[in-house]
Amino acid sequence: MSEYVEHSADNQGEHHDEHPGYGTFIRVWVALLILTGCLVGASHLGQTYAVWGLLTLTPLKAGLVFYYFMHLRYEGPLFKVVVLVTLGTLLIFFALLFSDVAFR
Amino acid sequence: MSGHVHRDDFGSRLGMWLFLVTEMVLFGGLFIGYSYMRFKYPAEFHHGGSELNATLGVINTLVLLTSSLTVVLAIVAIQRAQKKLAMAFLSSTLVLGVTFLVIKSFEWAAKFHHGLYPNSAHLATLPPGEQVFFGLYFTMTGLHGLHVIAGLSVLGVMLWWVATDRIRQDRYIHLENGGLYWHLVDVIWIFLLPLFYLAA
Repeated sequence: MSEYVEHSADNQGEHHDEHPGYGTFIRVWVALLILTGCLVGASHLGQTYAVWGLLTLTPLKAGLVFYYFMHLRYEGPLFKVVVLVTLGTLLIFFALLFSDVAFR
Repeated sequence: MSGHVHRDDFGSRLGMWLFLVTEMVLFGGLFIGYSYMRFKYPAEFHHGGSELNATLGVINTLVLLTSSLTVVLAIVAIQRAQKKLAMAFLSSTLVLGVTFLVIKSFEWAAKFHHGLYPNSAHLATLPPGEQVFFGLYFTMTGLHGLHVIAGLSVLGVMLWWVATDRIRQDRYIHLENGGLYWHLVDVIWIFLLPLFYLAA
């Protein structure tokens, strides 16, 4: 397929200024494995540790995948805002549900 | 066609992210439902979780995390015009994704063998809280499994396109977007592991 591709300078520039190498992602993967190990370990220590592990380590793992593997770190502010607005919306629904449950 | 193709990689990625956001809301709703039910039936969820095979859940987590790594490494390889390496990484992802599904099928088969499947006679004899637990378990891991199948299909096409040079060093937005989808599937599993398999 031969085609002439036209790029505007800012179209490329916003994203691909710096390409991270293999090492960055392998280090993130190692961190994810360690965090998984901590999560499993915490779940063996008792209910309180398990819940705290769930509430802290899991979002941390998800954050690492979003930030590095999904390249959010290398994107402009728009993508981050889109994700944060979504998470904020879910949090509001969560809070509304539990404010209802708590005061029955 | 004038041979003059407009291309907007930024717009493509934004479109993909907007789609992923709807996926986050879809699973987010289920997670919120889960948290309310767990709040309502803590003992039953604890008991339900003890029926699940935590080892298989953890192994599948390692499988998916590694498959996510190989997708992102395939993108690095494409950026460096290392086509064969990119194909090797993508193939690894496909193998790992299929491995995930095989492990999952063994796990579900064991549940079915014990009479635990949606609408089963045995399930109806369990306390309501456990019925809810297994209902959510099959719904959420099942919906996630469908996403794994969809992701594998997409990445299979990406491998084909890398092989045929449709994806190459100067044009790999499709691979990036396919990878984004696969990573989201990985993120959802990151939450499913502690919510179900480590719930006991």
